[in-house]
Amino acid sequence: MNTHAKPSKLVKGATGDFEVVIGLEIHAQVTSRSKLFSGASTQFGEEPNANVSLIDAAMPGMLPVINAECVAQAVRTGLGLEAQINLRSVFDRKNYFYPDLPQGYQISQYKSPIVGEGVVKVDVSPTEQIEVGIERLHLEQDAGKSLHDQSETESLVDLNRSGVALMEIVSKPDMRSADEARAYVTKLRTILRYIGSCDGNMEQGSLRADVNVSVRRPGAPFGTRCEIKNVNSIRFIGQAIDVEARRQIGVIEDGGTIQQETRLFDPARGETRSMRSKEEAHDYRYFPDPDLLPLEFDAAYVEELKAGLPELPDAKKARFIKDYGLPPYDAGVLVADKETADYYEAAVGAGAVKRDPKLVANWITGDVAAYANSVGLPVAQTHIKPQQIGSLVDLIADGTISGKIAKDVLAIIIGEDKDGDPREIVETRGLKQVTDLGAIAAAVEAIIKANPDKVAQAQAKPSMIGWFVGQVMKQTGGKANPQAVNDELKARLGI
Amino acid sequence: MTALTDLSLSEARDALLKGDVSAVELTRAQIAEIEQARILNAFIVETPEKAVAMAAASDARIAKGEAGPLEGIPLGIKDLYCTQGVQTTAASHILEGFTPAYESTVSANLWRDGAVMLGKLNLDEFAMGSSNETSYFGPVISPWRRAESETPLVPGGSSGGSAAAVAARLCFGATATDTGGSIRQPAAFTGTVGIKPTYGRCSRWGIVAFASSLDQAGPIARTVRDAAVLLRSMAGHDPKDTTSVDAPVPDYEAAVGRSVKGMRIGIPKEYRLEGIPAEIDALWRQGVEWLKEAGAIIVDISLPHTRYALPAYYIVAPAEASSNLARYDGVRYGLRVPGKDIVGMYEATRAAGFGKEVRRRIMIGAYVLSAGYYDAYYVRAQKIRTLIRQDFERVYANGVDAILTPATPSAAFGLGEKGSADPVEMYLNDVFTVTVNMAGLPGIAVPAGSSSEGLPLGLQLIGRPFDEETLFAVANVIEQAAPKLKPPSRWWA
Repeated sequence: MNTHAKPSKLVKGATGDFEVVIGLEIHAQVTSRSKLFSGASTQFGEEPNANVSLIDAAMPGMLPVINAECVAQAVRTGLGLEAQINLRSVFDRKNYFYPDLPQGYQISQYKSPIVGEGVVKVDVSPTEQIEVGIERLHLEQDAGKSLHDQSETESLVDLNRSGVALMEIVSKPDMRSADEARAYVTKLRTILRYIGSCDGNMEQGSLRADVNVSVRRPGAPFGTRCEIKNVNSIRFIGQAIDVEARRQIGVIEDGGTIQQETRLFDPARGETRSMRSKEEAHDYRYFPDPDLLPLEFDAAYVEELKAGLPELPDAKKARFIKDYGLPPYDAGVLVADKETADYYEAAVGAGAVKRDPKLVANWITGDVAAYANSVGLPVAQTHIKPQQIGSLVDLIADGTISGKIAKDVLAIIIGEDKDGDPREIVETRGLKQVTDLGAIAAAVEAIIKANPDKVAQAQAKPSMIGWFVGQVMKQTGGKANPQAVNDELKARLGI
Repeated sequence: MTALTDLSLSEARDALLKGDVSAVELTRAQIAEIEQARILNAFIVETPEKAVAMAAASDARIAKGEAGPLEGIPLGIKDLYCTQGVQTTAASHILEGFTPAYESTVSANLWRDGAVMLGKLNLDEFAMGSSNETSYFGPVISPWRRAESETPLVPGGSSGGSAAAVAARLCFGATATDTGGSIRQPAAFTGTVGIKPTYGRCSRWGIVAFASSLDQAGPIARTVRDAAVLLRSMAGHDPKDTTSVDAPVPDYEAAVGRSVKGMRIGIPKEYRLEGIPAEIDALWRQGVEWLKEAGAIIVDISLPHTRYALPAYYIVAPAEASSNLARYDGVRYGLRVPGKDIVGMYEATRAAGFGKEVRRRIMIGAYVLSAGYYDAYYVRAQKIRTLIRQDFERVYANGVDAILTPATPSAAFGLGEKGSADPVEMYLNDVFTVTVNMAGLPGIAVPAGSSSEGLPLGLQLIGRPFDEETLFAVANVIEQAAPKLKPPSRWWA
């Protein structure tokens, strides 16, 4: 836990500094074919009420039966959060009336969740890593959806989502800025996607956040928190935190006090609005669901799931640092998306040629990522093959082309010759670097002869050498080996 | 010759298999009786066409030698069981007109075994009551009357329609449910046999829930043997109910007639309540004598937490009910009374749809689960529940095979006689039966004699978990030893 306020995180108010304290409750839709307690499909985007079983509609006499796959997904996720797995947990009923809640209660886990305390390591920037504590993870049912825009006089209800399994992942109040919160959600989403327990798709509502925000003077006890409900993008999470912190600081500096309440974030107006106060809060009348026995499994079951887990982001990152000699931040960037990490490894290892892993990383996190970004695709889903990147790096390494020419080759691959082999492109287009020292010497000689004034200047001020390099490159069509040009110039100019 | 409808279920079964009678004949005879007995109000829905069609199909199977264990036997179904294509109301206005697209597991088991459905039987609304007076469709009148009296009596509840229909020979047996005594108390009031099996023995899937941790299906029948035959078909594991138990179902009928010699029967001193009529106490002592004569060993036992059972039950059951009945909100099925907004619609629908006793229990349940009171009420009631279960476990661990108690603190009472001023007066009917539900044990009520006014009285036997066979064996001894009750006079016909 972060106990000491970091000066860089503090927010300036009119009367001095404030520290923002943030905790997140993430609702992650479990990846499973059927719902948490019924056999109905979880397929997104079906006709309204197409995926509704008798249980989801809460017909009289219907009983829930736990979906074993959802349990396994929760345990896998708990393992990914380095968390305590509880071999016995209990489903409770959270009672309230709402048209999209057919049973009149949500089946959730209140006092005994399936997963207890854990931790997530989060890279906030190239130089800053924090740990965010996990308080708990529990399984619960999603609600349906009320549709208010289909009829002038009535509201309609779509129960497709009713009963779909959610994991509610509750963090400790360990974050101190919007950046930290965004980085935490990003990392959590990476872990969920690696495990395959949630697709992390925020546009479809597979990942939603309730954001708890409070402010305090550095070193003071926690302030009163407000909960901002149902924020559905990482960008909005950051915005909501910033505006809510500003609002709370304003209230305090005006001599007011913060009331504990539930608020809504309005991205269009860039503000949060009160939804209901603590006094209006529901009494959910929680009690253990008598239709379901306590959920029990043994340690062997957990071990079996653990053995089946893929390599998780932190382990992969550590391996990239160790095996490929990558700087931690680069390794972190590569492992943030499992497919990108796989892409990177494919590029490093393509064709059983030993190549510089750092150079490969630079190309992927640099030019390839920039292109992928420009077309709105993850790196691994662009048409550029890892083998092409591996080949490109080899051409630089063996001196066939310069880095600059390599960029041109990549542009050709991006544009006119999508499946082209970089080596063939270089051959057929005559892009091969000139390493013939005779040719370079001739070019250098010609430039020096033609520019005696510049020679004098360069001898007085050696940084002028760049102008000569440029001239030589121009004359050789950019194909001259820059190192060789440099060496020749230095020798001829005597600098 | 006896009327067809006077046959016991097992006699009718044997006659069908021998070809002495057809299922259609049996069913038509039963339908005729039902039509004459409408004043009893035992049925909410009669399904004569369906019954005859099912009976004809049974006759065809009998002819082909493919008869199931209940082939051609006409039964009544408590209207708490969802029946596909047949209105299911739980005797509540809020479900009036609701026709399920599915069949409860237990009733489906009966149809699988060849039984014929005569209709849906009246009950207390959502099975909440001990007199069948809380039904939206009006009270059931017991076929029994006090000697020299025409005062209408209650059949008990909540399975009042089931008990009355079986006693009045409107069906050969009926399904029932028991949350705090709803099978055993009406069975005792009507001179019939009713067994609540161990919690988990029958599937709850498709039975309208009252209190999920206490509800259990069971039969009401005219003889111990008939109850055994019915339970065998009703029971069994159901993957759709995770509280149902995956254990083989024994041939319960084989236990009927089994000797009780050497069995240890416990007599709990805590069931000797002050103010209990002398005739109930005398009946209990008579039961002890019959079992002694049959070779059983009588042992005095103590179940020290018995007195807390009723108050704890009236916390746990309403708590679960308040949540189970939340789904009746007017949104998807059943009654909807419009309101100015969604909350208004909820309030209007539920106020109009639920009767007074149901509303009372929802209020109690919501109260005991609310934030400030949960620990003081619900948590303590659950602790008492554990203590009650441990009382029984201790006794059974000491070698007791079954426990004998009275089934009810009195004989049947008159319509409107009890509970109108103080609901607790009605709740006290369950004083001998709720402990069994709280502990999840099997219990059977068996007719053992009659009151000074000529009304049936019953004794209760409580068994070990999943040892219904012992209950059938011991109950059969009492049934054989007890003076035969004359069936109720057919005053309604």
